[in-house]
Amino acid sequence: MTHDGKQVRLGVDIGGTFTDVAMEIGPELFSTKVLTDYSALEQAILDGVTRVAGKAGIGLGRIDLIIHGTTLATNALIERRGAKTAFLTTRGFRDVIEMRAENRFEQYDLNIVLPAPLVARNNRFDVAGRIGASGRELQPLDEAKVAEFARNVSAAGYESIAIGFIHSYVNPAHEQRAREIVEREAPDLSVSISSEVSPQMREFERFNTVCSNAFIRPLMEGYLSRLVDRLKDIGADCPVFMIHSGGGLISVETAAAFPVRLLESGPAGGAIYAADVAARHGLNRILSYDMGGTTAKICLVEDFTPRTARTFEVARTYRFKKGSGMPISIPVIEMVEIGAGGGSLAHVDGMRQIRVGPESAGSEPGPACYQRGGERPAVTDSDLVLGKLDPMNFAGGEIKLSAEKSAVALIDHVGRGLNWDAENAAVGVAEVVDENMAAAARVHAVENGKELSEFTMIAFGGAAPLHANRLCEKLGIDALLVPPGAGVGSAIGFLRAPFGYEAVRGAYMKLSQYDAARVNSVLQGLEEESVSVARAGVPEGALEIERKAYMRYVGQGWEIPIILPGSALKPEDRVHMRGLFEQEYERLFGSPLTGLDIEVMNWSVKAVSKLFPVERAARVLVDGSAPINATRKIFDARVSGFVEAGIVNRCDMTPGTTVSGPAAIVEAETTTIVTAAFAATMQSDGCLLVRKKEVVQ
Amino acid sequence: MSTDFADVHFQIMWNRLISVVEEQALTLVRTAFSTSVREAGDLSAGVFDREGRMLAQAVTGTPGHVNAMAVAVRNFIQVLGEDNIFEGDVYFTNDPWKGTGHLLDFTFVTPVFRKGELVGFFACTAHVVDVGGRGFGPDASEVYEEGIFIPITKFATRGEVDQSLINIIRHNVREADQVIGDLHSLSACNYIGHLRLMDMMDEFSIDRLDALRDFIFENSRRATLSRLSALPAGSYFNEMDVDGYDIPIRMQVRLDVSPDGVHADFEGTSGQSALGINVPLIYTIAYCGYGLKCALAPEIPNNHASLEPFTVAAPVGCILNAQHPAPVAVRHVLGHFIPDAVLGAVSQFLPDVAPAEGASALWNIQVSVRPIPGAKAAAGERLQSAEILMFNSGGSGARPTLDGLNATAFPSGVHAMSVEATEQVGPITVWRKEFREGSGGAGRLRGGLGQVVEIGANEGHEFHIKAMFDRVRNPARGRQGGRPGAAGVVRLDDETPMQPKGRQKVPAGRRLVLELPGGGGFGNPSERDPQAVERDIELGYLSAEQAAGEHGK
Repeated sequence: MTHDGKQVRLGVDIGGTFTDVAMEIGPELFSTKVLTDYSALEQAILDGVTRVAGKAGIGLGRIDLIIHGTTLATNALIERRGAKTAFLTTRGFRDVIEMRAENRFEQYDLNIVLPAPLVARNNRFDVAGRIGASGRELQPLDEAKVAEFARNVSAAGYESIAIGFIHSYVNPAHEQRAREIVEREAPDLSVSISSEVSPQMREFERFNTVCSNAFIRPLMEGYLSRLVDRLKDIGADCPVFMIHSGGGLISVETAAAFPVRLLESGPAGGAIYAADVAARHGLNRILSYDMGGTTAKICLVEDFTPRTARTFEVARTYRFKKGSGMPISIPVIEMVEIGAGGGSLAHVDGMRQIRVGPESAGSEPGPACYQRGGERPAVTDSDLVLGKLDPMNFAGGEIKLSAEKSAVALIDHVGRGLNWDAENAAVGVAEVVDENMAAAARVHAVENGKELSEFTMIAFGGAAPLHANRLCEKLGIDALLVPPGAGVGSAIGFLRAPFGYEAVRGAYMKLSQYDAARVNSVLQGLEEESVSVARAGVPEGALEIERKAYMRYVGQGWEIPIILPGSALKPEDRVHMRGLFEQEYERLFGSPLTGLDIEVMNWSVKAVSKLFPVERAARVLVDGSAPINATRKIFDARVSGFVEAGIVNRCDMTPGTTVSGPAAIVEAETTTIVTAAFAATMQSDGCLLVRKKEVVQ
Repeated sequence: MSTDFADVHFQIMWNRLISVVEEQALTLVRTAFSTSVREAGDLSAGVFDREGRMLAQAVTGTPGHVNAMAVAVRNFIQVLGEDNIFEGDVYFTNDPWKGTGHLLDFTFVTPVFRKGELVGFFACTAHVVDVGGRGFGPDASEVYEEGIFIPITKFATRGEVDQSLINIIRHNVREADQVIGDLHSLSACNYIGHLRLMDMMDEFSIDRLDALRDFIFENSRRATLSRLSALPAGSYFNEMDVDGYDIPIRMQVRLDVSPDGVHADFEGTSGQSALGINVPLIYTIAYCGYGLKCALAPEIPNNHASLEPFTVAAPVGCILNAQHPAPVAVRHVLGHFIPDAVLGAVSQFLPDVAPAEGASALWNIQVSVRPIPGAKAAAGERLQSAEILMFNSGGSGARPTLDGLNATAFPSGVHAMSVEATEQVGPITVWRKEFREGSGGAGRLRGGLGQVVEIGANEGHEFHIKAMFDRVRNPARGRQGGRPGAAGVVRLDDETPMQPKGRQKVPAGRRLVLELPGGGGFGNPSERDPQAVERDIELGYLSAEQAAGEHGK
């Protein structure tokens, strides 16, 4: 193990198109991208690992640690490829996951189609037995009926069982008993219970989460055990850990039992990557901006920690619209994802408004400029016509781009409807997609009570550096960092992730009925759970513990997470908790309200290993200009016209060298556009720092 | 290039205006106390020009306020007087005839000044927790019994909130702290809109909204009229009977379709009711406009110009143009039926667009639960009184190419609350909330299923309900040969029938059972795809026997 006394760590991210592998040996980084092979996912990993080890010149046996994230779980839910699953629930509540919130996610469309439930009605079964809101048993569980259910589903060939009973987050006794019975009667079936997978209040979210877990569990169990075995076969006999939705690491065993925790782990890695860059540069307020081929992801990172939420939605079926997907109630890095990527297609609607995305040209046929048969204009076509891309030097020169094809597509699908030429159409498409992303960032900031002008942007993903500077202009952000290796950002991010786990539980309490002993018991249970998961990765050393209460005024519908003090709560802490809540309420909404009781709906505890101390990259002073190879005309939105921009190779820039916008800084995977109002300075760690000209000294 | 590029700027600004009002609405959803605002989005937020014409409206919210608020802002300007509008002012009202139809809704209007000049207004509307009077139910015989009535007046003058007015409200409502909280949150949400608009005007270096307004109006008008000019001109009629409170109500509508607009006239509709199911015209306009827009121009954003071609008239004193002092507290029940009535007329010229009738009116239920005198709570629990509001939706009508939606609200935009959260609010247990099998109207396309809800009080408690249920005597009709959905049923678990409207007691130890109506079917049932019938049987949406009877297979 190890190489020259240095730890060898490997990050592997399976994405929709590429599998990214990043190997870190001390300060050195090696990376590669291989095409994802959907028929044998682990093969891409083995290929990538072998290739990158070859680059680094080390044997596979030297790898100390592999950290893996994958879209497999997310894709299985989106494509509904999972096990034949039966759901057992409380009598009278068979249709919870199909009734959803009883609303339409789009008001004016008479022909909306609601997403089908993950487990169809004929695979959902109910049983008598009821726990009340206080946790008291109102009606005993019909155990004979549970046994009959188990025998029936086993005989009918079901592979996985989900159990979700009303109020099980308060009292899991019925769910636990039902699992015992099923395991006794049908020992071959995999059983997931909602009080373990997601012990949060609100039956639709919790039931859907346990069904999702059961649905993907056999698939993920199989995949993970094959992967570990085959890695061993090729000599990589090291521990493998998984990155989870909350951006921490969990063991393969935990991941196999709770695969729902792997949802969106790739994007989570991206946020961790941004957090690490932020720590290196000492930036406390970061807007992480990741733009790939299909979507853009935006996330707030404060004090080097991405924000987390208790619930999120996957598999949206209607233009990424809120409410059109499936709710999953597990801790997750909070981000907004919108259908805005390099491949997002543009058209003009009935209002003569330009619309961009969420439909994407993908890699086949790709944007029109790829000359692979795509006839509709994508964001990349607009970028090309506006001079942001060099047609001869895209993807390191591997794909030759045709500006003529872009112009034709832009005129056919955008310009003609508006009587515009190709350049105007391209300007329109660029401004609309940039505005869509800016709007998503603004809403995300407002929802969290933040002022974006105080933030620094960190941009990564193939398309982000082309649009990041304009986005900064729109958001009033003065500084932007484009790190090196942005193309495999998520895989690098995995290597920066802490071992950690967040446990959440619903336990209702009004502050007027505050009971310190009860709160401490809930928090202690959560702490034990999260610490035990974290300890699987870090057997010793300090863990950081963060405890939160999700609170609101009695009668409101929106809970605010409040960070609680680290020590056990005392009887007199009621006033303190009220104070913490009111302080946060005031920050978000202006002023606290008088005379109202406050209630706590959910509690959470996160245990996280202390991060490696990061090496701070001191900000370098401007030291000369970078060599300009050539110039070309690039559109600048602020100037409202084409400007003569300098073209610079990123590899020609040494720390301190500066490029004054308008400019394009070119590297193999991407190009960073610097607008006329900004200038870029190379930093000692390879990051490009793009700042408003007046602040560059 | 410059003029074209200005167009791009206007498009961006238009989109930005819509996100400004979305932000305004979101602030309200997150800070409101009223269940119907926070869970159901029963609210509206918008930005207006100097003359009170709506430029943009949040899509968050229920259609009940669509264009009701649009009209309301002009009422404010007229009542207050143009020379009585100052920077820092905030205005409000809950006048049902000048606002949005009942006293429980407050509308707030805030003028926007830039560099000392009036550039426009922000407005928002939301349902508050309580306004005093009899509470949220249909039993009043005059609006005076329904609570405090605040005419259009100043909530704040040049930045100073009128504390004596707040004090009067505080002493006239239940849950005063929450109601005052709601009022402040309405005022704050306009302020948030104002801040974001100023940011936008700074960014685009504009000091007035006039050019942007012209761009929005011109595009919206042109797009709307191009839709309307494609329709076959003429007059189309429809009538529909619903339960009403004590006597059945006939809703009758004539649509006059021309290339310049669609005019709806409710001539022939029943007269005012003695009880609180009456609808002020402003609310009729709102739901009528919504129904027409869904069918005729769904993707055009709501604003003054896109709504202008849709006009509405109803005879003075009919139940859809009820006059002061008629009681109007539960005006939503008939309001929710207006789109069904209008779509019935639309189906005559666009047979492939209009869905069949649905359950349509929400089955909202207000539960007042009280300790039984002398009784004890279960171990570990305590006796308590509570008011609980639940939203439940029946089935929507089958569409020309799709089945109806099971237990899904239409036309209202509400969300249902979690049963687990509801049971935390007060001592009741919901024993059942699931699809009502067999309730969808048969057809080539099936109507959506209703649902069954069963509610009991916890140990030591009993409860009253305020019922406001419809389609018990008049089920949702099918279209083009489709069969009606099942009618609603209100009963106890021992089969004792209950009244569909009004305050009633559920005796201790008994459970209330609501069987919600299903949606109507579309097209001849014998033409239904046999595989779809089979799938319905497999899923238990209906029994094999019922299917054999309805589809002849």
